Amino acid sequence: MEMLMDSSQAEHSFLSSVTASERTLNPYVTGTSVVAIKYKDGILMAADMGGSYGYTLRYKSVERLKPVGKHSLLGASGEISDFQEILRYLDELILYDNMWDDGNSLGPKEVHSYLTRVMYNRRNKFNPLWNSLILGGVKNGQKYLGMVSMIGVNFEDNHVATGFGNHLARPILRDEWHDNLSFEDGVKLLEKCMRVLLYRDTTAVNKLQIAKITEEGVTISQPYSLKTFWGYSAFQNPTVHAEGSW
Amino acid sequence: MFRNQYDTDVTTWSPTGRLFQVEYSMEAVKQGSAAIGLRSKTHVVLACVNKANSELSSHQKKIFKVDDHIGVAIAGLTADGRVLSRYMRSEAINHSFTYESPLPVGRLVVQLADKAQVCTQRSWKRPYGVGLLVGGLDESGAHLYYNCPSGNYFEYQAFAIGSRSQAAKTYLERRFENFTNSSREDLIKDALIATRETLQGEKLKSSICTVSVVGVGEPFHILDQETVQQLIDTFELVTEEEPPAPEPASEPAAADQGGAEQGAGAEQGAAPDEGVAPMDI
Repeated sequence: MEMLMDSSQAEHSFLSSVTASERTLNPYVTGTSVVAIKYKDGILMAADMGGSYGYTLRYKSVERLKPVGKHSLLGASGEISDFQEILRYLDELILYDNMWDDGNSLGPKEVHSYLTRVMYNRRNKFNPLWNSLILGGVKNGQKYLGMVSMIGVNFEDNHVATGFGNHLARPILRDEWHDNLSFEDGVKLLEKCMRVLLYRDTTAVNKLQIAKITEEGVTISQPYSLKTFWGYSAFQNPTVHAEGSW
Repeated sequence: MFRNQYDTDVTTWSPTGRLFQVEYSMEAVKQGSAAIGLRSKTHVVLACVNKANSELSSHQKKIFKVDDHIGVAIAGLTADGRVLSRYMRSEAINHSFTYESPLPVGRLVVQLADKAQVCTQRSWKRPYGVGLLVGGLDESGAHLYYNCPSGNYFEYQAFAIGSRSQAAKTYLERRFENFTNSSREDLIKDALIATRETLQGEKLKSSICTVSVVGVGEPFHILDQETVQQLIDTFELVTEEEPPAPEPASEPAAADQGGAEQGAGAEQGAAPDEGVAPMDI
């Protein structure tokens, strides 16, 4: 495969060294799944607070849910540094939106569209922001929940998830989600999903935050942990039926 | 306005603090044929008079669709108007593409005004010679703005620009307080009547005017000639039945049932012409 174009051209000079390729090839510090649902008053979103460095659980207090402007909430999985970069882009976007000072404001649909453009354009330059993003919000009574992937795939739905959440949480949500969930039921549903992810995703961590966004604004909970149960009979004497094992 | 030694350059101030070139560019707007705009809470109507150079030629296009929710009517150098419309369309579509949401009219108008201002502060440019009536809908309702070559912009309930626009403005000033709650039909009717005011006796026909509407649930579009002619006919019949007292300006010689030619020309805001007989020849 020929050399792919990157963000800075290599300098060719007989006296200086050639600049190396500077584009994202792998993620380094990553966050795992984010799960989100629409409920009666708005959107509920959950994510754990782990920042993994490969298989090492390096950072245990990473906030992966952040408010954006007045009407939106952003959750991200994938490369944490790229998430921070995205937050800087959005900061600037919201700043300019506020500077118009004209009563108009960017709603969740607009922010989601903007993020889709950013992710897709980076993907086209072969220098992606290595994230899967979930954007949820409420504006003028309209609830909005969307997802954007690192290659710019985007869609809206009543419940979305990133990474492992797509495989483990969404089947649960497909069965148990319904319109007009109460806050308590919504949280219970999300906790059920997060618990499954905790059991089965090796990069998941038992310290999570749940955020809600309604017409009134954003609330992100304090970190807390889920109860887990390991007392299954099959886990006692696990090697009792294994041949040649001790 | 007379020539003076400070009016050659747009970048030269006069001792009294005026930029004559900018003021001259606003004169160009006054020379163009009239354009009128009115808005209610839910609709904006833009109308204009189409002057053709000769009977052989077509009319100049003076109303442009910028997006489904924004339209613009121009008066002055129509070439400048076309270029600015293209800019507006570009801005609207770029916003739509990035945010999947219609560009708020207020923001477009500010961008337009800033663009016009640049031309008043560069020695190698000249101001745009066109006034724009921008009408559109956004989250906060229906809006009508006037963009000036000077780079200023104002929001209006109703406004008219171009030649003999004062006649239309006088009519609108009398009636504007009712516009907020006007129905779509009444708003169009008022626009047509205001347009007729600028014609100074010439009969209002759909072939010499253009009317466009944008409203809640109604994307911006220009009404076709037949529809406009029907509307003209409707209110011309009505004004014949109405007593002259309430709106003297809407009366002038409009009371012809068969749509026959006018007898006397009507002065703007003059006393109603009673006793004009239809020409039976």
